[in-house]
Amino acid sequence: MSKIPLGPFHPALEEPYKIEVTCTGETITDAEITVGFNFRGIEWLAERKNYTQGIALLERVCGICSNVHTMMFCRAVESIGAIEVPERAKYIRVVMAEAERLHSHLLWAGVACNLIGFETLFMTCFSLREQVMDVLEGISGNRVNYAMNRPGGVNRDITDPASVLAAIRTIADVTTKQLIPVLTTDPTVRARCAGVGILTREDAIAYGAVGPMARASGIDIDLRKSAPYEAYDQLSFDVPVRQEGDVFARIVIRALEILESCKLIEQAIEMMPVGPIAGGLFPTVPEGEACVRIEAPRGEVIYYMASNGTDMPARVRVRTPTFANMPTARVMALGQGLSDLALIQASIDPCYSCTDR
Amino acid sequence: MNIFTSLMNTARRKSPWVFHANAGSCNGCDIEFMTCLTPRYDAEQLGIHHEGSPRHADIIVVSGPVTRTTCEALETVYGQVPDPKVVVALGSCPATCNVFAGSPTIVGPLDRVLPVDVYVPGCPPRPDAIIAGLAEAAAILAGDKPRPVHSAAQPSIADSADSEA
Repeated sequence: MSKIPLGPFHPALEEPYKIEVTCTGETITDAEITVGFNFRGIEWLAERKNYTQGIALLERVCGICSNVHTMMFCRAVESIGAIEVPERAKYIRVVMAEAERLHSHLLWAGVACNLIGFETLFMTCFSLREQVMDVLEGISGNRVNYAMNRPGGVNRDITDPASVLAAIRTIADVTTKQLIPVLTTDPTVRARCAGVGILTREDAIAYGAVGPMARASGIDIDLRKSAPYEAYDQLSFDVPVRQEGDVFARIVIRALEILESCKLIEQAIEMMPVGPIAGGLFPTVPEGEACVRIEAPRGEVIYYMASNGTDMPARVRVRTPTFANMPTARVMALGQGLSDLALIQASIDPCYSCTDR
Repeated sequence: MNIFTSLMNTARRKSPWVFHANAGSCNGCDIEFMTCLTPRYDAEQLGIHHEGSPRHADIIVVSGPVTRTTCEALETVYGQVPDPKVVVALGSCPATCNVFAGSPTIVGPLDRVLPVDVYVPGCPPRPDAIIAGLAEAAAILAGDKPRPVHSAAQPSIADSADSEA
């Protein structure tokens, strides 16, 4: 029996966290995860900044899903102040959210390939991801931190829908013809991922897993379907679900979600009505409280906001999907080989900067 | 300059190895740093190699406003990088703390903890800017470019923790 501490600076993953595993030989018998290395006190800061500054602050909760956080902040303000969002702005929000899901999933697929030692596919994923980044940059002017949302609408219009459509069709094409066949049939990927890090349906429910983690364990849960927001109720798409609950199932789920996101962007661009993209001046936020939730690339995000009628929120609470998914790492790691630990960890698609805030 | 120094300088100029430490960053800089290594930007054309162990690295790239919890580990990692070494501050957070300035849980900016040689500003900086920053760091390593002067009085972590407590 030996104890192996790993971290906080891990050679494979980008973010600091600490995991201490107890092993008998090569088999993991216990695992303890320490987080909190990214704790920047964002909720504390959010109570001390006005709403305009709050958008810039909340955008920096996470660099991968930055659009989700500004959208949530604005939706909370809209919910408290009963502010109407123009139809066109709703569709633009869908396009941004789905493009962000594309880049997040492709990033994750790249990191996972890197971890299983499949360098070529890692590079393929990342060069495909660059095309998504071009779309995001074309719409918003920035590659990360898009600053697209504001209470009552969005800041920028989609002025060149044809180029977005062309890029999305290329991405869907490459994903169908190259990425999915390799990810699902390649013996290297199967050997490293199939049957590894199994999370049963019961465990997924008991631990409250969300997003692709839950969907890979046979739980059909997606807020875009069950509680549609923005323009999702106008669009048709499928929610892929797998029963196996292993790392392989999570790879397949995310690969299929890439295709669904491409489908959603295409529909949203084609159905987008003409009209204004935002209301007038920045609204005054009345007294009140709101709880909003949406489906981020990693699962359900919940924001709670309380306002006391001043220009600063009285309380902003952020609960991100990794916070719900992380405890499952222990169940998945037990009984597995030590060499699979990094892959099992990564299969959650963890975002510790979201979790720690 | 003898032949060995000249050889060493060529090696440092042509193949700087980079260790990346995330000191409480939001991931934005980190994913852009990853992007540098991939086909479109391809930092390896300059011999830049991303290394998992600080003991093999020449350049330490730090992103994030330096949270209290990562501060000690960051100093340890910095100590593990062999001399000569260059510290690159990636993004606006290690330079100024960015939007997190004033938070009680951070000890940044980075120059309070480590002597910073190259700043790459931006939130996040573009991959081109990151590669330019790494190239500048390699020039400092090889002695082609003077190292910036660091103020002698670097308050240690213990001092800053005491003064804020």
